[in-house]
Amino acid sequence: MQLGERAGLKPAKRMREVFGDALLDLCRQNPKVVVLDGDLSNSTMSIYVREEFPERFFNLGIAESNLVCVGAGLEACGFIPFIVSFSSFLLCNAYDQLRLAISQSNINAKIVGSHGGITLGKDGATQMGPEDLALVGGFPTFVILVPSDPISMHRAVQAAAEHVGPVFLRSSRVAMPQIYSDDDPTFEIGKTNIVREGSDLTIIACGIMVATAMDAATMLAEEGIHARVVDMHTIRPMDKEAIGAAARETGAIVTAEEHFLHGGMGSNIARIVAETHPVPMRFVGLADVYVDSAEPEELLEKYGLTARDIVEAAHEAVAAKR
Amino acid sequence: MPDRTSDVLTIPELIEKARDLRLDILEMTTRAKSGHPSSCFSAVEIVTALFWGGFLRYRSNEPHWPARDRFILSKGHAAPLLYAALAHAGYFDRQELWRLRQIDSPVQGHPIQDMMPGVEATTGSLGQGLSIGLGHVLGGRLNQLDYRVYVLLGDGECEAGQIWEAAMAASHFKAENLVAIVDYNKYQETGPISREMALEPFARKWRAFGWHVDEVDGHDIQDIIDQLNAVIQIKGKPSVIIAHTVKGKGVSVLEADYTYHGRALTPEQAVKAREEILCS
Repeated sequence: MQLGERAGLKPAKRMREVFGDALLDLCRQNPKVVVLDGDLSNSTMSIYVREEFPERFFNLGIAESNLVCVGAGLEACGFIPFIVSFSSFLLCNAYDQLRLAISQSNINAKIVGSHGGITLGKDGATQMGPEDLALVGGFPTFVILVPSDPISMHRAVQAAAEHVGPVFLRSSRVAMPQIYSDDDPTFEIGKTNIVREGSDLTIIACGIMVATAMDAATMLAEEGIHARVVDMHTIRPMDKEAIGAAARETGAIVTAEEHFLHGGMGSNIARIVAETHPVPMRFVGLADVYVDSAEPEELLEKYGLTARDIVEAAHEAVAAKR
Repeated sequence: MPDRTSDVLTIPELIEKARDLRLDILEMTTRAKSGHPSSCFSAVEIVTALFWGGFLRYRSNEPHWPARDRFILSKGHAAPLLYAALAHAGYFDRQELWRLRQIDSPVQGHPIQDMMPGVEATTGSLGQGLSIGLGHVLGGRLNQLDYRVYVLLGDGECEAGQIWEAAMAASHFKAENLVAIVDYNKYQETGPISREMALEPFARKWRAFGWHVDEVDGHDIQDIIDQLNAVIQIKGKPSVIIAHTVKGKGVSVLEADYTYHGRALTPEQAVKAREEILCS
């Protein structure tokens, strides 16, 4: 069964192509946007910009430290740099440059980490970014966005450009089914979207796990357990109000993310739950292990990121309410 | 030259300006009881020539004037030198200098972009300034502005891989408006460069990366000015000026002992240092 099929979601589109389209749209609208590439434009799909706006596109080669700082220099000249490469290469090779030139300088630069998480699949662990949210979480001035479907990707790219300040946006190689329709509420940084109502527990998810959570909520409903599903598309600033409401109104929370459990979305939600309204929680994510080369679907299955895993976590969380 | 807000000084006036900057750096770091005075002193004549030798076009009352020439201090530990130069150039009141490293002061131990007017980049984790300078050059091209970008590098800093990433990229983009100046004072924190991590053959490395290279006596202001004028004529490639300098220049106790890297002088030492600077 395809991801999102159980929940009746519309068929999926590959997120990197969606991102490339969204970035090209933005460049057409805003002449101040420039794109910087670490020689991966045909994987991240920033190549669409290279083809239409070659003068605003810079390939700095396989040298991420230089890439990030050149972007900072362009920002100081009034441009909005979108610095696009693989999540792992940007954050791991250029962490210190992101720290000084972007975060501490608090400039209006946008970092796009493509191929975040594990769903790039067969290229294996060295190319994957299952630690990206924890790493960028070390930068207090950054907004962190993880779109969950094609429409939210388009809106996240727009929102990133409109926000004045550093933004990290995760893109992915895989396809994600459509959660939203064109007339759904606008994407607002720091404000989660409830994508399914329910009163027995809340599943808070980001990225590809939102569709997985929708499937899980459908399975739980067949058992008579009604789960609210929240799309936590903004990891920072975190929507404390929605988390508090979920805790108070549903009494149990399951988090689901394509990321290490250590330092990811769930652990940050847990801090807020502990401070506001403590309720039973369970966490779906990657344990402390590097994953293998395989098809994304095989990896999600093997490492516990399926709807069934969320259902099991929901059972435990609901049971712990009593 | 209507855009030059500062007068171009004569050589005797420049020597006097360099002396004034040294005295202020000494005062700042002695009061702060910390800092890197010796790393500042080796680059005083370089910075003096840039600001008052007729090179940097800037408006101190409009720090973000788009057409300004850029001065990026990549060796961020020489922050007191940057602050002193900016104060003397009119970016802020000279009294601010005495708040270096004090609580609730914007005069940070290492520069943070725009925390003080005129500070172009956040530096101090070494190796990053040349890349930022290249970004300014590329931005100038897009904005059709013909300003120049001067980046002051430390010598030990040139051990960092990012310097050579930037060197390769600047050459690739034919960044002729980019001028790097290396303060080659021959010492890094733990000892002589030649012993700790040799840079030589240094000029050949830059040439191999496609740069125009000049070498100067980094304490001879006339020599610095002549070479800064010369590199303006270089087209189609970036330029680097390797400035041979003396760490701690002008204060005998600092010149004699490299372990003063990252150490301020005591008030008693500072009295003698002040006399030496005034008599130089």
